[in-house]
Amino acid sequence: MSTVTSAADHLVSAHDSAELRKSTKNRKRGRALVFHLCSLALVAIVLYPAVWMLMSSFKPSSQIVGNVSLIPTDASLANFTKALEGIGGVSFWTFFTNSVILAVGSVIGITISCSISAYAFARIEFPGRNVFFALMIGTLLLPFHVVIIPQYIVFNRLGLVDTFVPLLIGKFLAAEAFFVFLMVQFMRNLPRELDEAARIDGAGHVRIFRSIMLPLMKPALVTSSIFAFIWSWNDFFGPLLYLKKPDLYSLPIALRLFVDQTTTSDYGAQMAMAVLALVPVMLFFLIFQRYLVEGVATQGLKG
Amino acid sequence: MTLTAEAPTTGPSTAAHSAARKRRKRSESLAGYAFLSPWLLGFVLLTAGPMLASLYLAFTNYNLFAPPEWIGVENFQRLAQDPNYLQAWKVTLTYVLLGTPVKLLAALAVAMLLNNAFSGKGFYRSSFYAPSLIGASVSIAIVWKAMFIDNGIVDQVQQFFGFEAGGWVGDPSRTMPMLILLTVWQFGAPMVIFLAGLKQVPTELYEAAAVDGAGPWRKFVKITLPMLSPVIFFNLLLEMIHAFQIFASAFIISNGTGGPARSTLFYTLYLYFRGFQDFQMGYASAMAWILVIVVGALAAVFFKTSKSWVHYSGEGK
Repeated sequence: MSTVTSAADHLVSAHDSAELRKSTKNRKRGRALVFHLCSLALVAIVLYPAVWMLMSSFKPSSQIVGNVSLIPTDASLANFTKALEGIGGVSFWTFFTNSVILAVGSVIGITISCSISAYAFARIEFPGRNVFFALMIGTLLLPFHVVIIPQYIVFNRLGLVDTFVPLLIGKFLAAEAFFVFLMVQFMRNLPRELDEAARIDGAGHVRIFRSIMLPLMKPALVTSSIFAFIWSWNDFFGPLLYLKKPDLYSLPIALRLFVDQTTTSDYGAQMAMAVLALVPVMLFFLIFQRYLVEGVATQGLKG
Repeated sequence: MTLTAEAPTTGPSTAAHSAARKRRKRSESLAGYAFLSPWLLGFVLLTAGPMLASLYLAFTNYNLFAPPEWIGVENFQRLAQDPNYLQAWKVTLTYVLLGTPVKLLAALAVAMLLNNAFSGKGFYRSSFYAPSLIGASVSIAIVWKAMFIDNGIVDQVQQFFGFEAGGWVGDPSRTMPMLILLTVWQFGAPMVIFLAGLKQVPTELYEAAAVDGAGPWRKFVKITLPMLSPVIFFNLLLEMIHAFQIFASAFIISNGTGGPARSTLFYTLYLYFRGFQDFQMGYASAMAWILVIVVGALAAVFFKTSKSWVHYSGEGK
């Protein structure tokens, strides 16, 4: 009813409406301008620390702290040369390789174990399924503190400290509930007729999972892989606990050692190493930003 | 799609033999557990088992070298009188209760700004999201430290505007604002979730409200906030639990000390010091269990009260 009255209110002569349209168009353009100016200003503020880090890595150490300017006056790669030398006889590339092994291992473990477990939750009826599902959701909220001490004790006793096993075993046992949840949600949205048809054709769960589910789950697997990689790449606590030998260090731990060992005034090399440690993450972001942002939007994953 | 077309239209026969059905049900259960086994094994070995073990350790004195010695509730009594432990709670709660709301307000404000019909939103959304991916890394902690140190760029800007100079890193009263700024900087992830929620709000609601003469503020309070409440609930719960677990940034910025003057002695840092530097594993286990109980209680309060402030629209959940 109210729409009718409002339509009546807007009844104007042809001439007036042309004027009106022109002015609304101008107003809309004005508002777009204001929107873009605000947003760009905000982007500049938000990205400033990251750009400052990148630009500082090309500056001499004496010109970093307190230098608001982004453009290096005498740019050089000296900082990177120094960062690539590594620490205490261990080359940067050793740390880099360790990080790659951990990240790729995480991706492989998570995609395999979480997709298999998610299939059970999403597609098979078995007693206790709802209880297990509730427990799985519960582990999403569980502070990790309550498991790390006994885990450390056991891994220590098994002689697995200073190996990658403690850092990777959870990934192969679907202990990262976020990914299981993400894949369950994704599978639940796939049409059930697909597997019912396959069942009638005599296919078992293994075949349905491998030939029907896995190919259809590609978007969920890609999103999971990207996050698994980045989370492993940035992980600090796990490697801090389990990796004591410098030649096993992942990049974040090496970076910390680097900061501890270089004199505080050598900000240039620190910035260069900080940049190098983030390069793969930034590359992933630039290539897969749509997957990442969509993944967050639909599944509520944290960065 | 082609597979759907091939699907037969007749359903499975309902007059199946009962014994055969029973057998099928059993094999179905077996398949269920087989597929669940990676998670189930992980749950038992890496979550449930360790949880029980740390519950036991919480009542013992254990240093990794001698066998655990049962001491009853002594760890908890000592915790209640440990000034460092109480400081850890103070620091952590300040961070959680101040940082999370400010971060979510920033996320919501920017999401409202981006929720319009103008072009170029994808670029802004990605730009704002980027810090969420790198914000918790060691690299950014180093950058943050360099920015907020004495005579750093933040100090320069302050001096330019005539504020009292001095770095934030060494000033116990300013390390908390510095770390809160670091978490607020990562507003992008909740912002993306808010944006997705805002897209779900039916535009007819706003049109109807406009016809009834509602202004922007009224529309926001009466339509946007209630329609967004499930997303607010989700963001608030996850961000708070996340905030309780802050470690790397505080560890790097304080040089692995929790200082200056214990101002960055977060719960996780203190637990790490006690458990993995002093090897007081019983004491640290007691700490871990108190945290679990507090976080669990917090989550329970959240879910309990959610009925009164979280509105699920009919077709949604």
